[in-house]
Amino acid sequence: MSNENKDQFRPEDHDNDHFLLTTVVGSYPKPKWLNRAKELYEDPDHGFDEEDWQEAKDDAARLITQEHERAGLDAVVDGEMRRNEMVEFFAHRIEGYEFNGPVKVWGHNYFDKPSVVSDVEYTDSWLVDEYEFTASATDRPVKVPITGPYTLASWSFNEAYEDDEELTYALADLVNEEIEKLVEAGARYIQIDEPALATTPDDHAIVGEALEHIVDDIPEEVRIGLHVCYGDYSRIYPEILEFPVDEFDLELANGDYDQLDVFKDPEFTADLALGVTDVHVAEVESVEQIEENIKKGLEVVPPEQLVVSPDCGVKLLPREVAYGKMENMVEAARNVEADLDAGNIDIERETPTPADD
Amino acid sequence: MTEYVSTTPGLYPLPDWAKDDLSDLKGHQKHDLISGDEGEEITAAYEEARQEVIGVQEEAGLDRIVEGQLRWDDMLAHPLAVHDNVETRGIVRYYDNNNFYREPVVQGELDASGDVANELESAAAVTDGDLQAVLPGPYSLADLATDEQYGDDAEFLGAIADFLEAEAEAFPEVETLFLLEPSLVENAPEDGQDERASEAIDQVATAVDADVVVQPYWGALEEKVYAHLLDADIDAVGFDFVANQDDNLYNIQEYGATDDAALGLADGQNTLVEDPEAIRDRVEWVEDKLQVTEFETVYLTTNTETFYLPYGKFEEKLEVLAEAAELAEVKAA
Repeated sequence: MSNENKDQFRPEDHDNDHFLLTTVVGSYPKPKWLNRAKELYEDPDHGFDEEDWQEAKDDAARLITQEHERAGLDAVVDGEMRRNEMVEFFAHRIEGYEFNGPVKVWGHNYFDKPSVVSDVEYTDSWLVDEYEFTASATDRPVKVPITGPYTLASWSFNEAYEDDEELTYALADLVNEEIEKLVEAGARYIQIDEPALATTPDDHAIVGEALEHIVDDIPEEVRIGLHVCYGDYSRIYPEILEFPVDEFDLELANGDYDQLDVFKDPEFTADLALGVTDVHVAEVESVEQIEENIKKGLEVVPPEQLVVSPDCGVKLLPREVAYGKMENMVEAARNVEADLDAGNIDIERETPTPADD
Repeated sequence: MTEYVSTTPGLYPLPDWAKDDLSDLKGHQKHDLISGDEGEEITAAYEEARQEVIGVQEEAGLDRIVEGQLRWDDMLAHPLAVHDNVETRGIVRYYDNNNFYREPVVQGELDASGDVANELESAAAVTDGDLQAVLPGPYSLADLATDEQYGDDAEFLGAIADFLEAEAEAFPEVETLFLLEPSLVENAPEDGQDERASEAIDQVATAVDADVVVQPYWGALEEKVYAHLLDADIDAVGFDFVANQDDNLYNIQEYGATDDAALGLADGQNTLVEDPEAIRDRVEWVEDKLQVTEFETVYLTTNTETFYLPYGKFEEKLEVLAEAAELAEVKAA
């Protein structure tokens, strides 16, 4: 069995017959000097200007892209070095948004929750520059994470649209426009991040409809993933199988795979990007442990449909821990591939009841 | 003749300078949050911020002044989170919001702590306005907490009611007490539980010599829950007309109402600032729909707490409420 969409990311010099695509969700710890550079840039009394700040971000993006490469990942990201927060970053680039100041998330953690005050519009590209820079810094395929329209809508104040559903679809059309631009620029791997779905799982139909807007006229070979982090997956499965995406990227290591069974019945028909390292634990799991985690994925899908990734963005981990997790994750994936090649892995997937009868 | 009173359910956002100063003084992690025995510098920052939000209310012309509950890092769970016999554990989601609080786990007797009364004393010292106290309702506070002491839901609710009653008894003189009860909507009590919730509310309400408003939000109460709530000795029920109009009207039409009512007509969770005239019109609309009912006092308020808003928008909302109450008063006169 082959999987053309996934296999386009298979490196030419890949040693094993089996191929478990290794990648990351997106964010990565920023180097300390980048935060310092930002402070200098924001300090009106300092000569550190726009050009210096741009150069600092370029340096950081190059550094982290290469760090991903060094860890051996098959598809890399720049660690989202240019992005501050997953909603703010996009809201600054979308016409119709305005910022009114920080709001509380918990304790003394705040974010600049933006307000949609008029029709949202697409003006300049959001991510093409970021993509082109990253692509030029590596020979590996580059994955582009984009905050999904449902999350962009849910985590904003909505002053302009009838309800958040309407706003979601309007934003989805803009995401579609952006993906078209990214594809033109050469991107082949897009990941839509919808963490807000975890808190309001009953809205899965809205997310599904938004994805239809997002993939409209996007060529088949472009890989579209959907990342949903920790929540009660039984409330969105199997409905999400109807979504027009190639891959679901799920957080499961954090719950020690207690939700794995949810995905066994009915049969998981898409590719599964399985979270195999826990991003909330600041210790690097051993290669052996991660191998066991990867094998959990094989209880749900055959190797052709399995992708290996951390649970979520790793930006809150110490950088050396984040790197250690990537490195061990890749080594574990290669070991499992070799074991699969050698026929040493015998995992039986349950025969699920057919979805349609 | 209806009296229109502009007020808020409290739990304000911190002024932006205080967000910065207090996160520097306290830190960003779980164990950095308010403990009830904070030191001088932190106390001073809160005092200054309290004075500021009281000034904002006075300036806006609100008819009731709240302390602001700026120290309530854990939102409605605050009175337990600072209690000596309560351990705070991991951060958990605050209802359906993108907000979190420390899970308070009750591990010993819930004796009176005086924390909220102290805040009110501090507020009373800096304003001559009519003071309004704010507490979580007993049902919501029990719902937000975990019990490892009492072992039984009914007993735990009773203990929470005793605790809140003792807190309220220690209050300085206040004009009004708002008991916030979002859990009555969000996690509606079942048969038997609804009656106990009402009794618990009654117990807290009778502890103060003030008008008591019970404000549920994020929707309308289920019929039975509403009917039981009316049995409590309270002066007003609050209605979240931002989240749900039909079911709230239905409840009032079918079961009647208290002599006073609180109308949540300004959205505490959206930066869109309502026109005072629009709020006044909504009051009229509600009154039109309820031909037979004439309330003695109508509190005009945001439906929810306001800490969800950026500070500038929060200030604007207060001004709108004050102005809307004046407009309604003029119209009624």
